[in-house]
Amino acid sequence: MLRGVDLTVHAGEVVALFGDNGAGKSTLLRVCATLLRSHAGSATVAGFDVQADADAVRTQVAFLGHDTGLYDDLTARENIAFAATMLGAPHPAVAESLERVGLMRVADERVRGFSAGMRRRVALARVLLQRPRLLLLDEPYANLDAQGVALVNTVIRDALDAGSAALLVLHEVAPAAELLTRRARLVDGRIAEAA
Amino acid sequence: MTSGWPQALAIAAKDLRIERRSKAGFNSVVALGITILVLFGFALGPDAAALRDAAPGALWLAILFAAVLAFNRSYQVELDAGALDALLLYPAPRWTIYAGKLLANLAFVGLLIAIVVPVGIVLFQVTIPPRWPLLLLVVALGAFGIVTLGTFYAAMASRSRAREVLLPLLLFPMLIPVILASMEASKALLTADLMRAAGAWIRLLVGFDLVFLVATFLAFDHVIEG
Repeated sequence: MLRGVDLTVHAGEVVALFGDNGAGKSTLLRVCATLLRSHAGSATVAGFDVQADADAVRTQVAFLGHDTGLYDDLTARENIAFAATMLGAPHPAVAESLERVGLMRVADERVRGFSAGMRRRVALARVLLQRPRLLLLDEPYANLDAQGVALVNTVIRDALDAGSAALLVLHEVAPAAELLTRRARLVDGRIAEAA
Repeated sequence: MTSGWPQALAIAAKDLRIERRSKAGFNSVVALGITILVLFGFALGPDAAALRDAAPGALWLAILFAAVLAFNRSYQVELDAGALDALLLYPAPRWTIYAGKLLANLAFVGLLIAIVVPVGIVLFQVTIPPRWPLLLLVVALGAFGIVTLGTFYAAMASRSRAREVLLPLLLFPMLIPVILASMEASKALLTADLMRAAGAWIRLLVGFDLVFLVATFLAFDHVIEG
């Protein structure tokens, strides 16, 4: 549960949320992504209210949660092609994004046989289809090797260069240390420290 | 943003592709439909006239019970790896999810009917009536009504842990008019329709289908948002 969280993330910023399990980090991200409705308070993304203008907010955010949201019985390419159609993204972007996450050689294999790290990369390829104003990444480095970590950082850096902002949920600073502009710690749904 | 139909068609194509690859789902749904028919056959005994009289009811109930499994599966695919969140995050209108699921379930149940109905005709010793095109129309309208409500209530139940139990509890009472009209129209057409009752039941079916289709499209946003 969130209680009186007051947080602004400006364009070009990377803000990391820390906190114990159950502190409300993922909840906050899900509220910003329009996946959860808040009972009180308000949140806006790029000027759009997450409850009143949820459709508009969804055009402004890219969200990567704990679950990859991939279909096991589809290939990596089919998963990304489906996402491209749903996002109205051009079809050549499918191969480009798979190339960028280094999965072209397994693009036509079913996701069912992929490791957790490879699944994470496919999910990242889906994020690459979008040009969001706000990246919402929940533990984006989970299950990734050093190359994968570097890949996430490149994706975040590219988004920042394009004028976006990023809100990350992290347990460790290290993988994102070079990118972070601010940090906040959530305790029992409140921001206890901000730096 | 486009009209929404490319997204709806992509969802339908994705669901059918997953179903074709997993196969287990369709095979078990067809097996259930045929098992129900066989059990009805055993319960009614060898009397050919009794079998023919009971055929419409047995067939529609077999289709209904088997289709419920299909409706549950259509959202289970989204829940397995958290894909429902991803689906809800796409900036496409919500109705595209319903339309996509509806199209996929129509294809799925259509295929189920194409297998189960001929089996039922043989098992229940049904004579094909001269007005068989009308019978086909009744089957199509009945199936459409079942799939429309089934797809809608499966979305509603998908948020619950007890969705397998909840779906029939929500769906079956709502489907009584469709099942009743489908059974009565089928019965009338299979028995020479001396009372000219089939036409009235078919008009009723068309009415139910239209009302359910409009109402479910309008209400889907609220249901899927949870």
